[in-house]
Amino acid sequence: MALKHLGQDFIPHDVVAKVTGEAKFAEDFRVDGMVFARLLSCPYPHARVRGIDLSEAAKVPGYVGVLLPEDVTNPPAPEIPLLATEPGYVGAPILLLAAENETAAQDALDKVKVDYEPLPFHVDPVASLHPDRPNARSDGNVGASGVDFQTLKWTAADFDDAGSRMPMGAPAQEWTYGDVEAGFAQAKLVLDETFVHASNSHHSMEPRSAMAYWQNGKCIVHVSSQSQSYIQPALAGMIGIPSEDLVVIAEYCGGGFGSKGGAYALQALPALLSKKIGRPVMMRVSRAEEYYHGSARLGFQGQVKLGFAEDGKLLAADLYVVQENGACNSFWDFRNAADALSIMYQPGAMRWRGVPVHANTPIRSAQRGPGYNQMHHIMEPLLDKAARQLNIDRLAIRTLNGPGLTAQYGPRRAPVSSCYMKEALDKGAGIFGWQQRMARNGQRQGSKVTAIAVGQAYHPAGFTGFDGLLRILPSGKVHIHTGVGNLGTFSHSSTSRIAAEVLMVDWQDVVIERGDSRRHLPWNIGQFGSNTNFTMARTNYVAAMDALAKLKEIAARQFGGSPDGYDIDGRRVFRKGNPAQGLSYAQAAQRAIVLGGKYDGHELPQDVNAMTKLSATALAGTGLIGVAKDNLPTTGAAAAFAAAFVEIELDVETGRYDIIEYVGVADCGTVIHPAGLETQIKSGAVQGFGIAGLERIVYDPQNGLPASVGFHQAKPPTYADVAQRYRVAAVDLPDPSSPLGTKGIGEPLLGCAGAAVLCAISEALGGHVFNRTPVVPDMILNHLAGRPPAHGPLQVNCQ
Amino acid sequence: MMPQFDLYQPDTLDSALELTAQLGADGWIVGGGQDSWDWLKNRIRRTQAVVDLSGVAALKGVREHDGGIAIGALTTLTEVQEDPLVRERFGLLASAAGRVASPQIRNAGTLGGNISQDTRCWYYRDGVNCYRAGGNTCYADTPQGQNREHAIFGASRCVAVTPSDTANALAALDATMVVARKGGERVLPAAKYFVGPAVNIERMTALQPGEILVEVRIPATWSGAQFYFEKVADRATFDFALLSIAAAFRMDGERIGAARLVLGAAACVPWRLEAVERALAGRPRDATSADEVATLASASAVTLGFNGYKVPLMENLIRRAVRGGG
Repeated sequence: MALKHLGQDFIPHDVVAKVTGEAKFAEDFRVDGMVFARLLSCPYPHARVRGIDLSEAAKVPGYVGVLLPEDVTNPPAPEIPLLATEPGYVGAPILLLAAENETAAQDALDKVKVDYEPLPFHVDPVASLHPDRPNARSDGNVGASGVDFQTLKWTAADFDDAGSRMPMGAPAQEWTYGDVEAGFAQAKLVLDETFVHASNSHHSMEPRSAMAYWQNGKCIVHVSSQSQSYIQPALAGMIGIPSEDLVVIAEYCGGGFGSKGGAYALQALPALLSKKIGRPVMMRVSRAEEYYHGSARLGFQGQVKLGFAEDGKLLAADLYVVQENGACNSFWDFRNAADALSIMYQPGAMRWRGVPVHANTPIRSAQRGPGYNQMHHIMEPLLDKAARQLNIDRLAIRTLNGPGLTAQYGPRRAPVSSCYMKEALDKGAGIFGWQQRMARNGQRQGSKVTAIAVGQAYHPAGFTGFDGLLRILPSGKVHIHTGVGNLGTFSHSSTSRIAAEVLMVDWQDVVIERGDSRRHLPWNIGQFGSNTNFTMARTNYVAAMDALAKLKEIAARQFGGSPDGYDIDGRRVFRKGNPAQGLSYAQAAQRAIVLGGKYDGHELPQDVNAMTKLSATALAGTGLIGVAKDNLPTTGAAAAFAAAFVEIELDVETGRYDIIEYVGVADCGTVIHPAGLETQIKSGAVQGFGIAGLERIVYDPQNGLPASVGFHQAKPPTYADVAQRYRVAAVDLPDPSSPLGTKGIGEPLLGCAGAAVLCAISEALGGHVFNRTPVVPDMILNHLAGRPPAHGPLQVNCQ
Repeated sequence: MMPQFDLYQPDTLDSALELTAQLGADGWIVGGGQDSWDWLKNRIRRTQAVVDLSGVAALKGVREHDGGIAIGALTTLTEVQEDPLVRERFGLLASAAGRVASPQIRNAGTLGGNISQDTRCWYYRDGVNCYRAGGNTCYADTPQGQNREHAIFGASRCVAVTPSDTANALAALDATMVVARKGGERVLPAAKYFVGPAVNIERMTALQPGEILVEVRIPATWSGAQFYFEKVADRATFDFALLSIAAAFRMDGERIGAARLVLGAAACVPWRLEAVERALAGRPRDATSADEVATLASASAVTLGFNGYKVPLMENLIRRAVRGGG
């Protein structure tokens, strides 16, 4: 099949809306009778709410009403409560108050008196595992998906005996494959290092404002979400209504980076208050509040022991990760970290142990490469350290240990569907000129030292089993219904082009139906986890293949013969060898409506999701319906890989550095949208630069107060902090489990860039490894001045 | 969410001074608003009335004055950065103004506001009841305090630093600040205008209720001298200094006749390195001199848990100022 869409640039429809300002985000909507609501946030890192006095607040002119903890049904602990009675971090929402205007709402909020009982707290997960230290919650301190919520303490002896290593008491979870001790015994070089990886705020440009109202038994919510269909059941559950009674409008999303992947409490609160007071409710969230509610990447403290053979081969790895959960249940970065190490470096034997620990810091959630990217930021500089000590080229040690097509990961040594990491390294090294640039590595001019480095990262790249839904209308247009959401990567459109490809239609003949559940969307997973280009390629493919089969059947019914005797092109289905004998798509759609049954959606496959059935049923009779569940086979888990090459100039007198050039190479399968890919490679790099060297998340250990509640304090990169020159490329080899070879890529593009910068800093400093992310100027200056670091080796949430 | 307040928008200096005299401590003077709006939006501070000076044309612009120049307090930082007179005679100030925050903020923010803004100590900005806020403790100066950005000089109970990039440049240029009130004015040198915690722990400047900073005057003293300004911050733009240095050198042939070196973000006020200045007199402006004087201020620095790096950074910035670059 000659492809007309894949690998071609196009202008997604939402680009124009965003550039012109026509795009409406959640807080842009207004409806008659709408009131404004403000959240009351807890000023303590851990407290019990003993009472709430609204008497003075209710006297404020314009006061309308309030949503209190007793008005909501909170999920079981330690899930994130809708409104907290035992708030676990500064900023935890206590109540939502509505007034006729926003100023009145805040005025009234200022009059609310909350009686708090301050409780013990901590902002250091490892330290909190000491038997004499307080827990972040009164009902337990450890838990995550796959780990029962529990109280887990290490012994005092675990701490006393730790020496320079991290204390390592009983883990909450562990696995092993191979003979780890034998690997270390055979090793020529053993590195045994503590590490810290900071949490990082998501910095979503659009705060999670939301508006909701009730109409004719339905609840209509305007929310900021990177997902569409995926959040509907969970959000309906929070609001306490059946999924089909909820209308979710989320056409545009001003950034999520994982924090808006699933349904979250702030999406539900306006709906609940609206129900209570009988008025539409707009809840706006300020920038500072976004740093409370917007969540953050999970921080790591840990120890990693690596045993290398003389040739650089990684024989054994022993990894222990203590994960900072924040106050509530969050994500499983600590497990992902183990997968990242096991797949990227293919150790001969490996043990992993982990403890997910609650801390009195804001909620944590998945952030672009959760766990995987932290691990690569930790591992890549250590790989360089091993290469230096073994006198091996830093690129060569990666090629030696790197995964290939037979790569396996995790304790089950599971296969992946495709892996072209080494090809990415080769391509990047060629573009970057690794060998040639090596000549100036380490050279100093004035106070500036040039350093070159390479970084790698991995992330899963797709899921299976979701549904596709499209229609061919009597107008001849193809309407592709996509429930994936709009994270801002244009994937809603780029993956829809798979269906356009199958049906051989021009892009102007395609209409994307998305962004509003009233547009009857199928059950799709959200836009997160670098999955979209794989998952949605498969769903759109199966829906298009279903439509194609129906087109041929309709034509065969009309003109005789077998459906196999028909072909398509130019929005026509026609008899092979006799193109004049056929139907236009418009005619075929009209015939489908006449035929009814499966052709126009009155009969549906049994295995599609209930949401898909509901949507397809609503669309029944409007045209030819293509609908199917993705039951396509796979050869392994979809996996994405990325390589980064960077040259920096580090000023040894200021501790600052300039990124002179960045080369990013993606193993993303067949390239679906070159411009989108380029944007992803660059934007992932920018985020990686920030996490590696700039971003700050600081909590005072004395009072739990957050220091980083604004862009100028949290320090995401500015336009002046990023690379001066970029070059991007893709391996562009197809994934066999994806119908047209595409797979996801978004997340490792951050990790490889961050890792490369961290490696370059280390290289510029003669090989010194901080074992800490981020590396900021004061750390570099202290090191260069021969001063001890200001922070302890395992200290977190500090400067 | 900004609370309600009375908004006054005078269009003459006299009416502005009349208003500030009437309002006294109940009035909040706004220039570019880049400091004020944060305080008010976050409701950490409140006010009965705001006097918006942006309509007072007399407070804007750069003019010749007594051989030097005078800069209206409402002149934007972009205008200061780009002004031909400033660039020709006092490039130090143009450089400093060009390193403030971001272009957007420089377009709105004013010179008067930049030198008079409150400290960015995050504890204080968060609304804790510290010394500076009228309380009886400092949250930053504790064994666990998160004080990476805080002072190494001049602390007195409070360890906050000046966030201004232009204040130390003006101090290096021997600038004076013209402060008007209804019925009069006073002209203060930098050493009097900027006040440390030992003088007044709750204020960063000598401005009193009812007073308006109307003009900054730079005498001819350092006109055309050799200058060096450098600001080190985590980010290349849109950031406050970890440390900055403003230096002026009056050369006497191949040797330094007189020097001014003033640090920003090292103390609550622009911090003059007088021992370094004295030591530089009579030396050539070269790497050897730089190394010889670089550590002269270090012994008097008092570091906190997380800001010790400022000492080697200061030494490096002194070197770079004397050498004229990295």
